[in-house]
Amino acid sequence: MNIDTIQQRLLEEVADLHDVPEGAYNLRANGKSIGRNTTANIDIQSKPEGSGIDIRIKDGTTNESVHIPVVLSESGLKETVYNDFFIGENCDVLIVAGCGIDNCGNQDSQHNGIHRFYVGKNSRVRYVEKHYGSGDGSGKRILDPVTEVYQEEGSTVEMEMAQIKGVDSTERTTLAELKEGAKLVVRERLMTHGEQHALSVYKVSLNGDGSSADVVSRSVARDTSYQKFDACIVGNAACSGHTECDSIIMDSGRILAVPSLEANNIDAALVHEAAIGKIAGDQLIKLMTLGLTEAEAEEQIINGFLK
Amino acid sequence: MLELNNISFNIDDSDGKTEIIRDISLTVPDNKFVVITGPNGGGKSTLARLIAGIHPLTSGQIIVDGTDITDKSITERARMGIGFAFQQPVRFKGLTVLDLLRIASGSKISVSEACDYLSEVGLCAKEYIDREVNSSLSGGELKRIEIATILARDVKLAVFDEPEAGIDLWSFNNLIRIFEKMRQSGKNRTILVISHQERILNIADEIIVLADGKILKQGSREEILPDIIGTQYASGVCSRME
Repeated sequence: MNIDTIQQRLLEEVADLHDVPEGAYNLRANGKSIGRNTTANIDIQSKPEGSGIDIRIKDGTTNESVHIPVVLSESGLKETVYNDFFIGENCDVLIVAGCGIDNCGNQDSQHNGIHRFYVGKNSRVRYVEKHYGSGDGSGKRILDPVTEVYQEEGSTVEMEMAQIKGVDSTERTTLAELKEGAKLVVRERLMTHGEQHALSVYKVSLNGDGSSADVVSRSVARDTSYQKFDACIVGNAACSGHTECDSIIMDSGRILAVPSLEANNIDAALVHEAAIGKIAGDQLIKLMTLGLTEAEAEEQIINGFLK
Repeated sequence: MLELNNISFNIDDSDGKTEIIRDISLTVPDNKFVVITGPNGGGKSTLARLIAGIHPLTSGQIIVDGTDITDKSITERARMGIGFAFQQPVRFKGLTVLDLLRIASGSKISVSEACDYLSEVGLCAKEYIDREVNSSLSGGELKRIEIATILARDVKLAVFDEPEAGIDLWSFNNLIRIFEKMRQSGKNRTILVISHQERILNIADEIIVLADGKILKQGSREEILPDIIGTQYASGVCSRME
């Protein structure tokens, strides 16, 4: 597999990959697939004209993983990729996605990953997605991912999404529909700095009795960056839903949190929480009395908060 | 040795200038367990915070082991070996008990070392080590973790601001034991505690009564305690726990 050092660094940032991953994978660099592996249970096929891939996971596949990281190191490259995951019944799999953009040029680079998950009955999926940007060019690094999740009865999806550094503009949309007894857990971590803009929209529909969702976002807005978190949980059955947005603002950062709930069934139990504030003075003082400088204390608090 | 030379602290409020600490001078020798008591609003907590560097003095001088620390920051004082336990421990979303103990010790101590400090304050280490120091912990649990952060630091001057506040009776008994152990550790350590708990006053080498920003009385336990016992300056365990 032929990748350069920048691409290698991006792969390490978004997928913790230091080498070719075990199990099934598809590595995409600058608009092309540069490496792929399938297993007896996990098949990966290209869609026509390179617009994305279909990942099919057989019924009963357990303890297997799929890595599908994307890296962009050419300035001015814009792409939209459709990746569809068809996960059979009674599976237990880990899916690692993520996108790293290095833009040293003056043209904008953009990757829009449209991921659709069709999760079979009683399957469990852990999905990890990290976004990262680097490069000192004036061209922007833009990521507008869309994630759609369709969960069958008794399935569980745990999503961990992180964007900690270097992405100038992001508009993230996550839609989920859950049937009876299905469970969705989302943990989102976001840090924006400079003049970055980030928008994160969730719409989770709890359509089956006994379904549940827990959507928690923790974010930090530094410098003059702006974030909007818009999470809506819709209860259409006897279900339980919780959404929480917890944010720290620093410098001249701004955050708009719009958690919302819609109950269309008398047995829907829905809760939302949102809190935004700067780092409490007492927190800094406490860590300073333990020997940290103010800057070190701030770093510890932020690192812990986004951990 | 801690020396306070003519220290004063004023605040500017809507009524003009208010004197919180008025020209206090005192010396706390090494290896002493000193308890400062007095009425609420008398300036006890402020005095503790002045020593830790959380508020700047209006005038006067603070000397620790011959070094003038008056203009030193909170961080510099901490690095010189001054420890401060808050009356109301601070909560942190995301930081775990282990993180906090590691920050306190100043090195990447092992989990088992961290567990020793937790066991010391009567917490089941296995249950607490990975928990976040957030609102899921009770006031008493936070207080014990706060004290564990002082134990994890090798301090030469430990200042505890009302360590008994918000803890249950069982924890309180444990607290007395921790103080006794700290003073017997032979580490040349000075302990300064803000408290009006009779049982804490009972183990003091020296007692200072602070009222209206001034020292009302100061002397050995034998001299001071009989005069204040049963007053608001030395109340029994249950009266505080109610």
